[in-house]
Amino acid sequence: MEHYLNLFVKAVFVENMALAFFLGICSFLACSKKVETAIGLGAAVVFVQVLTVPLNNLILRYLLAEGALAWISPAFARVSLAFLSFILFIGTIAAAVQVVEMTIDRFAPALYATLGVFLPLIAVNCVILAGSLFMQEREYTFAESVVFGLGSGGGFALAIVAMAAVREKLAYSDIPRGLRGTGIAFITAGLLSLAFMVFSGIQL
Amino acid sequence: MTTAAPLLGPQERATLTRPILIDNPIGIQMLGVCSALAVTTRLDKALVMCACVVFVLVLANLAVSLVRNYTPGSIRIIVQLTIIASLVIVVDQVLKAYLYELSLELSVFVGLIITNCIVMGRAEGFAMQNPPWPSVLDGLGNALGYTVVLVLVALARELFGAGRVLGFDVLPLAAGGGWYEPNGLMLIAPSAFFLVGLLIWALKTWKPELQDKEG
Repeated sequence: MEHYLNLFVKAVFVENMALAFFLGICSFLACSKKVETAIGLGAAVVFVQVLTVPLNNLILRYLLAEGALAWISPAFARVSLAFLSFILFIGTIAAAVQVVEMTIDRFAPALYATLGVFLPLIAVNCVILAGSLFMQEREYTFAESVVFGLGSGGGFALAIVAMAAVREKLAYSDIPRGLRGTGIAFITAGLLSLAFMVFSGIQL
Repeated sequence: MTTAAPLLGPQERATLTRPILIDNPIGIQMLGVCSALAVTTRLDKALVMCACVVFVLVLANLAVSLVRNYTPGSIRIIVQLTIIASLVIVVDQVLKAYLYELSLELSVFVGLIITNCIVMGRAEGFAMQNPPWPSVLDGLGNALGYTVVLVLVALARELFGAGRVLGFDVLPLAAGGGWYEPNGLMLIAPSAFFLVGLLIWALKTWKPELQDKEG
């Protein structure tokens, strides 16, 4: 249990996807002008991340890893399809996003109205693909990948909501002309990232 | 019959050079920022990453442009993703075969070229509407614009963070008897945000017409 808790805290704070690994920065900057939008996108990312990381974990283990196809015929015992992981991961993500979108639309229209526009967008969000790639690189088990999906998605949501809150206040400040818009957004993100550095080295 | 369009006429040249300085993908279009920041702690990492992006972007634009008239609109995103993912797999396998050490350090970021918005953005925004040759130029131009920013940021981070450029000592470190005290901030994540922010500021001050209207 302690191991999973540790993994979760590490994924949320220490290895924050947006502020420590610079993943999903495009949407991090584009969708952080209002807190409401940021919450919507954050929730959608958590949702898809929790779904796709464990799903890709299963695909990796039972289809792509060396020897995973041995049940078809013993001749496949040494076949490793791991080089196909990129294309399969992105396919799973695109399909999962599509299925999630249709399910929510059918059973929870209110939630769909909130998340709706963001769901197709996050199919190509680097946070989602990176979650699966980190899972592959660090060889997480199934349970670990569920926790990691939750943690990394939650970390991104936390960062984008914090960023949006700061940017709402920024609207009232007098910024040099050339720095307005993207320039100041980057510097703000830098300061937030500096604040998150405090968590580095935390171990439970 | 009219004469064929020149290979590098004024219009073609504009397609190539505009993204490098004026319509820079990272600074102005805000595309491909994610990977740009993560690989800039050392110049050699940044250069390898740029080479990968040049390769993928040029060929992806070419391939998307070649099939643009046969691709139904409803499945174009999947077609683009498949083309891009296949190219990235090639790059990844080549890196693992010939530059294994560096590929370990770049870790997931090579795979993330698939979801790099530059590649998708240019495929969707330019290659789907234009013939192959301008698309190749557009891809090359945008990849070079990406390279310019990455090299500048990586140069600053490696020089001031470790006193080296490409692994050669440039500023003698205080620890080794020199005079330069390395700035540790340059090696951690926040400095990349600051440097890109300042770079955008410099670019927009130099070209005031790029400044945000609503700002």
